[in-house]
Amino acid sequence: MAHSTNERRVISVVVMNESSVLARVTALFAGRGYNIESLTVAPIPNSEMSHITIATNGSTKVMEQITKQLHKLIPVYKVIEHEEMVEKEMVLVKFPIAENLSDISALCSTYNGGIVNVGKEMVIAQVADEPKRIKHFIEAAQRYNPCEIVRGGVVAIER
Amino acid sequence: MQMSGAQMVCEAIIAEGVKTVFGYPGGAIMHVYDEIYKQNGFEHILNRHEQASVHAADGYARATGEVGVAMVTSGPGFTNAVTGLATAYMDSIPMVVISGQVPLALIGTDGFQEIDAVGISRPCTKHNFLIRTLEELPRVLKEAFYIARSGRPGPVLVDVPKDITVEIGEFKYPDSVDIPSYKPTYKGNKRQIEKAVDAIKSAKKPLLYIGGGVVLSNAADLVRELAEKTQIPAVETLMARGVMGAKNPLLLGMLGMHGNYASNMAMSETDLVISLGARFDDRVTGKLSEFAKYADIIHVDIDAANIGKLVDVDYPIVGDVTQVLEKMLPLLDDVDTDRYNAWREILNRYDELHPQSYVDSDDVIKPQWAIERIGELIGEDAIITSDVGQHQMWAAQHYPFDRPRQWINSGGLGTMGFGFPAAIGAKRACPEKTVINITGDGSILMNMQELVTAAEYKIPVINVILNNHFLGMVRQWQTFFYEKRYSETDLSFQPNFKALAEACGGIGYDVTTKAEFDAALKDAIKQDRVCFMNVQTNRFEDVLPMVPAGGALFNMMLPQKTQGEEK
Repeated sequence: MAHSTNERRVISVVVMNESSVLARVTALFAGRGYNIESLTVAPIPNSEMSHITIATNGSTKVMEQITKQLHKLIPVYKVIEHEEMVEKEMVLVKFPIAENLSDISALCSTYNGGIVNVGKEMVIAQVADEPKRIKHFIEAAQRYNPCEIVRGGVVAIER
Repeated sequence: MQMSGAQMVCEAIIAEGVKTVFGYPGGAIMHVYDEIYKQNGFEHILNRHEQASVHAADGYARATGEVGVAMVTSGPGFTNAVTGLATAYMDSIPMVVISGQVPLALIGTDGFQEIDAVGISRPCTKHNFLIRTLEELPRVLKEAFYIARSGRPGPVLVDVPKDITVEIGEFKYPDSVDIPSYKPTYKGNKRQIEKAVDAIKSAKKPLLYIGGGVVLSNAADLVRELAEKTQIPAVETLMARGVMGAKNPLLLGMLGMHGNYASNMAMSETDLVISLGARFDDRVTGKLSEFAKYADIIHVDIDAANIGKLVDVDYPIVGDVTQVLEKMLPLLDDVDTDRYNAWREILNRYDELHPQSYVDSDDVIKPQWAIERIGELIGEDAIITSDVGQHQMWAAQHYPFDRPRQWINSGGLGTMGFGFPAAIGAKRACPEKTVINITGDGSILMNMQELVTAAEYKIPVINVILNNHFLGMVRQWQTFFYEKRYSETDLSFQPNFKALAEACGGIGYDVTTKAEFDAALKDAIKQDRVCFMNVQTNRFEDVLPMVPAGGALFNMMLPQKTQGEEK
């Protein structure tokens, strides 16, 4: 694989909603040595299809192969290699309740989120934003001693 | 009509016009075998190993262009079939394999003879199905045949749980298939074709690069017409042998690792590669950066993923070779064939300089002689299958192939043990042809149990074993690249091949001289029984020319006068 011009790309794959279709897609990436940075999948409302969003990276040539190889899978209906897109990712973070909750709340609201659950010992915060900003949020959240961080993987839609 | 799932499987096979099914029964597929017993719409050949069943169905498909069908049971029956699936997958052979599976309720419980067949076969099938309800069975069977033969063909697995084969339901075999997510492209883009034609007309050194896709698309006549009309010289890949016809003056030969000098030089010096159904395999291109370095590339392929996968393409045309050539040919009516005269002359001189040659011997049978001799004695009437190794390359180099589908071999996967069962399938499909498996003393043992199959069904396949008491191709690499350390390639310990054939109900011939070779072959052709011709050849013959793996095509090791002497 060429590494010279490796670029992060987001691909949407619209697939027929049938068993093992996700396995076909991921097996293709594994078998041909392509990277998966993140992957999300959910059914498309009122249809027999599902939408898979894959964040990956590779050279232009590799991206072209990924797209073409995905197209070859029988249940793959459409492959969109995103150029101009709106891209969002969600993250859930668990903080100890002893931390400064108003600071955490302010931080979260800066990143389109807030505290969504409060327990005896922990609070859970949620934010949804562009993947780059999610990275910044996680960096900023470090000072409040997060005990668990769960990222959701990106979803994207072409503008 | 109400019937069981097992019956539906049989009815679908009959509806698809399949005459012969190759297979092996077992627990999970028994209900289907019970229905096979009751029907008379197709015959069933019992191979003695599931791998052989799939190769036989493959040989049947390659010889006819029809979808081959194999049937196996769950677990080990299926895993034995995997090599056959992978072989067919790599060479884009239309095939449907039906496998039994444990009952639905047992799936995922590590039941007896349970294995995840769709999981294992995913990377070596064009598509696969696990049946979950009886209702979907007729549709899936129809889709399986359709997917196998349409677009870029390939093998399709249908995994049928045992309880579904027992269940009774309504059977209506669909007339048509509509898979919204699967619409192969057959027609080439008109604008692209016009651009390609312009490129051909302005090239000085164009070259037709013909691949197995031409055979799959049944486009050989059109390709010959293209060459004839334009007078553009042609090279064939291993999978395309026979497309141009051995006597065709425009055919330079086979290119690649064991291609002839003129073909490899043509590819190195051409200014326009016209690739028809070929996929720039590493055994063809050698070092990519040196491959067709001075050329623009027209690439016609039904599989868009093949275009631009390995080399940058200037004129990509996604489509079926037949349909593209039908559009392209009329546009070439005014082509100036004199344009390429000088180029053809250069290539003819290359061929005179280093023709495909070997040094014959009066003392011992040379493998190349044996292959040429089969060509002289049977020629066009034969279907030649082969296993994998030196004999395969010599057959590709030296046999005078005259038509497509005359040459059947495992090109992509390189499966030893392919030739004999494939020959059985080809012979069953084309009983009027003489079917010869050119094999080696290594390969033949990998499916030798098929002697029993061939003997039982009176399938008179002739196995010509070019016996050099070596795993010859690996030995050749050891000679060249491993300082003659012949690690595990010496096959001096041998079975008695003649007795082996006889023990299984076939005929055996021991051949050490040319006279014996002629006598044995002539006798074998007349027999209605399978045979082994155990032909003793010299031990150290090399397949040449040879481009070392990863080397540039023009850097060939060429035959020398001393070639083939004991080292």
